[in-house]
Amino acid sequence: MSTKKHLAFLLMDAPYEQARTTTGLRLIDLALKKGHDVTVFCYEGAVALAFAKQAPHANAVHGRDVEQEDHPNPKDWIAALVKLAAEKGSKLTWIQCGLCVDERGVGEAVQGTVRGSPADFLKAVETADNTLVIPTQ
Amino acid sequence: MPKKILHIVESAYRATIEEQDDTVLWFTHAMKGAGADVSVLLRGNAVNYAVEGQDASGLSFGARKQTQPPRLDADVAKLASKGVEVFYIAEDAQARGLQATDLIGGPKSLAKNELPGLLARFDLVFHW
Repeated sequence: MSTKKHLAFLLMDAPYEQARTTTGLRLIDLALKKGHDVTVFCYEGAVALAFAKQAPHANAVHGRDVEQEDHPNPKDWIAALVKLAAEKGSKLTWIQCGLCVDERGVGEAVQGTVRGSPADFLKAVETADNTLVIPTQ
Repeated sequence: MPKKILHIVESAYRATIEEQDDTVLWFTHAMKGAGADVSVLLRGNAVNYAVEGQDASGLSFGARKQTQPPRLDADVAKLASKGVEVFYIAEDAQARGLQATDLIGGPKSLAKNELPGLLARFDLVFHW
């Protein structure tokens, strides 16, 4: 009997704002590592998590140049999750709320993400074994 | 059978001026339009969304006016008219000095001790 599950998540926080985003990414990472399929719907500020033009920077306070700082931008983590899913034979569907993307001008997203709408979230909810919404406050 | 979904809206007036609506009410409208079996519970400060006649108009920065301010009472009423059950926590309304006569028609009053019974009716509860 297959133990593979389909889990759906909704993320809402913009990057670099809340620990909730890291928590969500931890849960997604664990689910993929266990071979489960995951659908992520990014709503509102969370659509910027996958924005391809995020850039790392040097950090004078840390006394490190850009390479030494080695700061993974959120887009890098999302790209890594896409790669992890492929390695594990899991399906990661990363959906960006299209209207939210347009409002914020963050249409250039990393590979492995798609544009969608609340109807796509509903489809995921209806087929998922469980759904976790992590809203902003 | 579609899953029965309850949206609990508690984070109130978050970015409503920028968005010209409440993002969770908007999301609920979109989900209902896509065929969801969805209900809404207003709690905390969000009970104020049911207050009739609230007016957020008049904002401008420089010469740029906001001509389509959020109309949250109308958005809640529209949900109810689409068949979305809308509830609000009676004690939260009372704590804010709101009487039933202050509210639009449609939303149903629910005492806190009735919450377990309500939650048991749903497959999924999303707390915003």
